[in-house]
Amino acid sequence: MPETRFTQEHEWIRMDGDTAVVGITDYAQQQLGDIVYVELPAVGKALKKGDEAAVVESVKAASEVYAPLSGTVAAVNEALAADPALVNQAAADAGWFLKLTGVAAAEFGQLMDEAAYKKYLAGLA
Amino acid sequence: MDQSQGRTARPPAAGSSADVATISGHRGLQLEEPLIFEQGEPGRCGVDLPPVPLVSERLGALRRRAETGLPGLSEPQVVRHFTRLSQKNYAIDSGIYPLGSCTMKHNPRLNEKLARLPGFADVHPLQPVQTVQGALEVMDRLAHWLKTLTGMAAVALSPGAGAHGEFCGMVAIRAALEARGDARRRVLVPESAHGTNPATAAICGYEIETIPADARGRVDLAAFKAKLGPDVAGIMLTNPNTCGLFETDIVDIARAVHEVGGFFYCDGANFNAIVGRVRPGDLGIDAMHINLHKTFSTPHGGGGPGSGPVVFSEALAPYVPLPYVVHGPDGFRMIERQEGKAAPFGRLKGFHGQMGMFVRALAYMMSHGSDGLRQASEDAVLNANYVLARLKDVMTPAFPGPCMHEALFDDGFLHDTGITTLDFAKAMIDEGFHPMTMYFPLVVHGALLIEPTESESKGSLDQFVATLRALAERAKTKDTEHFHAAPRLTPRRRLDETRAARQPVLRWKGDPSTRQAAE
Amino acid sequence: MRYLPHTEADRRAMLAAIGAGSVDALYQDVAGSARLPGLLDLPRHQPEMTVERELAALAARNRPAGSMAFFQGAGAYRHHVPASVDHLIQRGEFLTSYTPYQPEVAQGTLQALFEFQTQVALISAMDVANASMYDGATAAAEAVMMANRLTRRRKALVAGGLHPHYREVIETYGRWGGFTVQAGAPDPTGIEDLVAGIDRETSCVVVQNPSVFGHISDHTALAEAAHAAGALLIVVVTEIVSLGLLTPPGEMGADIFAAEGQSIGNALNFGGPYLGLFATRDKYVRQMPGRLAGETVDADGRRGWVLTLSTREQHIRREKATSNICTNSGLCALAFTIHLSLLGEAGFTHLASLNHARAVQLAEKLGAVKGVTVLNPAFFNEFTVRLPKPAGAVVDRLLERGVLAGVPAQRLWPDRPELADLLLVAATETNTEADLDLFAGALVEVL
Repeated sequence: MPETRFTQEHEWIRMDGDTAVVGITDYAQQQLGDIVYVELPAVGKALKKGDEAAVVESVKAASEVYAPLSGTVAAVNEALAADPALVNQAAADAGWFLKLTGVAAAEFGQLMDEAAYKKYLAGLA
Repeated sequence: MDQSQGRTARPPAAGSSADVATISGHRGLQLEEPLIFEQGEPGRCGVDLPPVPLVSERLGALRRRAETGLPGLSEPQVVRHFTRLSQKNYAIDSGIYPLGSCTMKHNPRLNEKLARLPGFADVHPLQPVQTVQGALEVMDRLAHWLKTLTGMAAVALSPGAGAHGEFCGMVAIRAALEARGDARRRVLVPESAHGTNPATAAICGYEIETIPADARGRVDLAAFKAKLGPDVAGIMLTNPNTCGLFETDIVDIARAVHEVGGFFYCDGANFNAIVGRVRPGDLGIDAMHINLHKTFSTPHGGGGPGSGPVVFSEALAPYVPLPYVVHGPDGFRMIERQEGKAAPFGRLKGFHGQMGMFVRALAYMMSHGSDGLRQASEDAVLNANYVLARLKDVMTPAFPGPCMHEALFDDGFLHDTGITTLDFAKAMIDEGFHPMTMYFPLVVHGALLIEPTESESKGSLDQFVATLRALAERAKTKDTEHFHAAPRLTPRRRLDETRAARQPVLRWKGDPSTRQAAE
Repeated sequence: MRYLPHTEADRRAMLAAIGAGSVDALYQDVAGSARLPGLLDLPRHQPEMTVERELAALAARNRPAGSMAFFQGAGAYRHHVPASVDHLIQRGEFLTSYTPYQPEVAQGTLQALFEFQTQVALISAMDVANASMYDGATAAAEAVMMANRLTRRRKALVAGGLHPHYREVIETYGRWGGFTVQAGAPDPTGIEDLVAGIDRETSCVVVQNPSVFGHISDHTALAEAAHAAGALLIVVVTEIVSLGLLTPPGEMGADIFAAEGQSIGNALNFGGPYLGLFATRDKYVRQMPGRLAGETVDADGRRGWVLTLSTREQHIRREKATSNICTNSGLCALAFTIHLSLLGEAGFTHLASLNHARAVQLAEKLGAVKGVTVLNPAFFNEFTVRLPKPAGAVVDRLLERGVLAGVPAQRLWPDRPELADLLLVAATETNTEADLDLFAGALVEVL
């Protein structure tokens, strides 16, 4: 069962072999409201951890999504162009944003696991 | 003999005006109106033009082959169409328009009459200078009023609106720094700044760093000074600020910026609070744009046009952009290229500025005079404080103490009611009031920013305040249904903005052949 | 004072409710040194009658275009605007309303903007247009910046046939905004090889059609060359009536259309306010600056309009916005929409044909004058004339005979003495045959 880890910026990352699949969490999509557009990076782009990777737009706001790990963009979720509502409906799976290859297992290991993220969310309330 | 034929003069006893379905879809004076593209017939035209003289065309091979697809309507149809559209708009002429930072004051019709005099309206911008001396004098007089009211040395009249003026001011600052070989990287902007400020700084190639506010809603002076350094090109402040408060430390702020060799840009959107009472030049400001469509009554017109002249200190005066008007022994002339010691940073706009707005603003200034302008500012500040005083026990003021020309509240008073600032605003609409500015400035949660302007009478303010008090009380009873369903009485109810953004439809795309005849 | 409703009694009552002794107390945060003790040295308030008299006197010192046989163009054109237009835009609900941020009480403005956007897209044959910019020159500069963002390049190639004000504005934004501008020299013969100047660092090529000298060109091949190099084609139009007769930019491969809309619905107004038109292809819409009205439905399922795609704009995106523009040219756009609604397809074509025919007649009459050459084989309603004497002086002498003959090229290019004998001449539907004969006759006398 692939493990999912989280960032304080409410991104989830799931390792699928050598590839990290990245999206935003259900908490994040609730905070953002109706998502109307997701600006995704070009396939092949090299990202360092902390670089701006994507922009999520609701009607009244635009939020940057930062790369949780360093890596190269292997794929982006083309379905979001036609149906950005997927992020609201299924943030944890069908609403994924991008896939990164060449990620460092150590970097992944430093992220919060599910229990730690839940605790973090509880602290925000 | 009885001629009345049974017609009664009093309304019938029975019958309610609650939701009545109509056959036509109209509701009394609220008339539905389709798009012009859904009306009209090919070949119909609302303009009679003389016949085209017979000539040999000289268009090269570039005569249009395809039709444009524009609909044809007669004059009565067009007049009716746009009259009906106008009836769906709220306006200053209809009621109080308390939008903070917008200064929705009365737009005098004298201004419209004068701007339309043929000597102003039917004059081409490139006419020989001797044929437009009156127009150039209008510009010169406006420049004089603006410089005198602000206590500044020079003015650029060409910027098309406030944001354009911000660009003008920031470029002048950059030009001045480069002229002394001192290119800098950072511009400091308060978190409460209007979005145009950081957008402008970014276009000029600067990095933006935000300055926090203190508990009293003003720039945190210590935090500000900590961010100053030799790489700071300047600061962009609004004064009074976007929370409606006068920056108490503004003279110190100016001194600190100048000490590191930077410049002070002031966003003049809120100038209406201090005209005739304070001169920005006396505060140490180097450049300030003025919104003629806010402070000086030129009409907002549904979104524009505006006019954003920029006043400059002595230090920045050499960099004023082209073109500008000068007065010489032979009369007025327009300087359109670099002359003498001036180092203008370039041209910002086609021709020389929003002349139509200059005439309107000058007419307003001359009507009010120095005494009236000062009184107008005082009344604007009085009105905002009156609203604040009458609402502060039922709504939550964001900061303690009096305000300037606008009063800022946060959504604390709606806490735990299930009703948001947005819901509150929509309920105001059913009560016949345009809502105040919502969710700006960003530094306050669920902001409600009320700027009544000096144009509102005490009676108008009392009515407004009474309604807001009642709405606030009602919100506290958690009557969410009432607020969530609002507005119910407008031509359209709440609109689906999510759908508009997810599936953008930005033009009519219907089939011209399915056009119906207009009503 | 007629604009201020308060009586002294009102003010006293309100101060009492506030708990302040005087209005001075409300200015307590102003440092003592900055408080103005008395009135500034400016005239006091005046009755409406007096203001009217003074400003009318200033207006009377200008010579309106209508008082002469008038032939000036070069970026602003004299057309007849039907009386209904000005009457409708002065309705208070249009004149004194704000940006439609509360759509439920602004459906009038929003529907009119949607109609405006559609009209601009139709006449330019582009996919989508915005709700207006300040003017054509700033629209052109914004177009270049948009091309820079889309291509991630920072070099604009600008035709010599672009109106010099437009070039200068682009250069200002480039100089201070961090991109370079390669501008061609103004060539009155209209022969310009821009293709040779395109390389893989070019973000866009900017052309004007008809050019500032009046030349009409097909830019399809230029579009292809630009696209092959990964650059965009921006087509500028300063006389929007030309689109009633000419192949539109969208059919020539333009990626962005930036134009001046003043000719429809708006008077000359000595240079402003004018109307920037901006349109592009669907795929680029998210990089387009300016406001956008979009169609949607309300809570009852009825069609309505809202401002949309707002995350491009400064009030949301701040330093990452596509532009810093906030206020646009709304009322001028409304005037354009009303006038073009009155014209319709048939009227727009008819108006354009009238303009062209008048210009052709004028070109024939002027070309027949000894020593005078019309440089353009093809033109819409504006062309360039070479005179045997400096154009500026000729214009001044013709003015004495009641003819404003055009714009001397040196007015637009003061640093190019080689253009001193050139005159830009425009004719519109407002010129009568008598005007043309007066011009030609006076020219014979003056030369």
